[in-house]
Amino acid sequence: MTPSPTNTLPTAPNAPHGVTGDAADDGTDGLRHAIGRLRTARRRRLGFVLGTCVAALAVLGTLGLMLGDSTIAPGNALLAAFGAGDGGDLFIVQQLRLPRVVAAIVVGAMFGLAGALFQSTLRNPLASPDILGIAAGASLGAVSGLLTFGLAGVAVAASAFGGGLAVALAIWFFAWRRGLHSIRFVLVGVGFAYLCQAFMTWLLARADEREAASALLWTVGSVADVRGDDLGILAGGALVLMAGGAAVARTQRPLALGDDNARALGVHVDAARVGTLLLAVGLVALATSFAGPVAFVALVAPAIARRLLSDGSPALVASTAVGALLVLAADLIGNHQVFGVAAPVGIVTGLVGAPYLLWLLATNERKERP
Amino acid sequence: MTARPEPAEVRTEDALAPVGVVGPTPGASPTLRAEGVVLGYDGRTVIDGLDLALPAGRITAIVGPNACGKSTLLRGMARLHPLSGGRVLLGDRDVSAMSRRELARSVGMLPQSSIAPDGVRVAELVARGRYPHQGWFGRHSSDDDAVVASALAATGVADLADRPVQDLSGGQRQRVWIAMVLAQQTGIVLLDEPTTFLDVRHQLDLLDLLTSLNRERGTTVAMVLHELNLAARYADHLVVMNSGRIVAEGDPGEVLTSDVVHGAFDLASDVVPDPVSGTPLVVPRGRFHVAG
Repeated sequence: MTPSPTNTLPTAPNAPHGVTGDAADDGTDGLRHAIGRLRTARRRRLGFVLGTCVAALAVLGTLGLMLGDSTIAPGNALLAAFGAGDGGDLFIVQQLRLPRVVAAIVVGAMFGLAGALFQSTLRNPLASPDILGIAAGASLGAVSGLLTFGLAGVAVAASAFGGGLAVALAIWFFAWRRGLHSIRFVLVGVGFAYLCQAFMTWLLARADEREAASALLWTVGSVADVRGDDLGILAGGALVLMAGGAAVARTQRPLALGDDNARALGVHVDAARVGTLLLAVGLVALATSFAGPVAFVALVAPAIARRLLSDGSPALVASTAVGALLVLAADLIGNHQVFGVAAPVGIVTGLVGAPYLLWLLATNERKERP
Repeated sequence: MTARPEPAEVRTEDALAPVGVVGPTPGASPTLRAEGVVLGYDGRTVIDGLDLALPAGRITAIVGPNACGKSTLLRGMARLHPLSGGRVLLGDRDVSAMSRRELARSVGMLPQSSIAPDGVRVAELVARGRYPHQGWFGRHSSDDDAVVASALAATGVADLADRPVQDLSGGQRQRVWIAMVLAQQTGIVLLDEPTTFLDVRHQLDLLDLLTSLNRERGTTVAMVLHELNLAARYADHLVVMNSGRIVAEGDPGEVLTSDVVHGAFDLASDVVPDPVSGTPLVVPRGRFHVAG
């Protein structure tokens, strides 16, 4: 800062108004309060959306604990969830239903946040791990682990994680040209999605029938069998990655204005984008490695969250909540045959997500400054 | 316009900022200067060793034919484009040694294309200009609100504060983007073709706005412009470029001659005094419609 009071221009007799200056002095005090109110209104809306999501999660979660081969009254189900109540209820809730509800919430939250991170940092509503082939890479990792290397248990999950990460790195390698440009990343990702699908189909086609049936589960998302240690690893990893998400969240608002604007605002664009994508890939790979590719949640949840907030924000927290809600609801629907058939959660989310994707493709247009 | 004092060689490097004034003081920003900069794309050199100083507290316009490297130069000076050689100095500091955040508190830049996220409202978008001044979790304070309010008022878009940006007209939107750069509170503002896509009335409005910012706040303004006559009218310092080199620079009245126009644009023209401002007015000659 090197002020030179002598340098004031002749045409500015009552200057200077420093931009911060004295707000009351330049007559913008009312405007300042109006802006404060707008900010508060935005925050309230976020609070309302999150509150509604949490309430809905509580209701659906309780339903998930109650319903099944034997119905348990809501009071008893909740007691059992906290470790009280009679032996039969306790076993059913603690061993069977609670893990499934928690897994649905955790997996949904992870896909929701991952999708929001992908979409905001690549500035493309189509940029989701489903489209980019990262989920497919994780599936391929699991399927090849099962069929080719004869892995089982957590080793399959690790193989899925490796697959997702490998595809992400490969996309990176082919998309990087003096920086990471979002459209190239998406296009290369679409290519890899097809490649992974083709490999997976080939592996399944040449496998024997029984093996193929168990491997097939990895191509469809399911939260039915994530419990015990698996659930602990999943939830622990999710917490760590979400904390990382909070750390990169700040850069998403300037990034949304374009790379040049973000740089001009002081964001280290490539570093911010690399960090964000690594986190998002980690979330997808981890969630997929335990629950399989729960289709379209990462694509749809951020879109719903952004629509609910409609304030131009990346809606990271809201997407996390909406993702959890979507997967929990879809799992209840599939598990309890609401539409007459039992289906794993990935099938249900696919049925919801596919029409949305078609709508998005039909209406997608870029909006730029004139 | 012609009776303005000479550029700020009068800067006093050691004085302290007045108490109570946050951010850059009017007329106080150090000079942004390119020294022997080399800029290019994928091995193709566009600018090979160019020197340019943007006079502090003045308005500089950079003009030149398409693809002469004027936007690339501005982007290089704002550190949006990597230098292949040379250096950019802010005062006596090499900007590559500064953190991006630190630079963003001194130099603002409105690039050619900006994206308004869907649904974002004017006040929210302008508030994003506060980014380099905020802490880790990016919480807005009422100080930020005051800066945003001042930026909205200065650009005449206060009435639009709660409107979605995508609903605005092109001229309004451009003002909003400038408000965002102002909210960044930098003593130096760079603009890459800010008048493109605006009709003539809105071009003048915008240049008047930038002029009043310059005069009232002492903001150093440098912009790439296409419209020669508006550049000549509004700039204190005119830079004419061609093929990655500066053909001429200085006071528009001295710089903009028909020889310079011919050298830069390969265009025959008459240069006459602008009947409104007295600054040079370039009247191009084409193959047809030439009287006498």
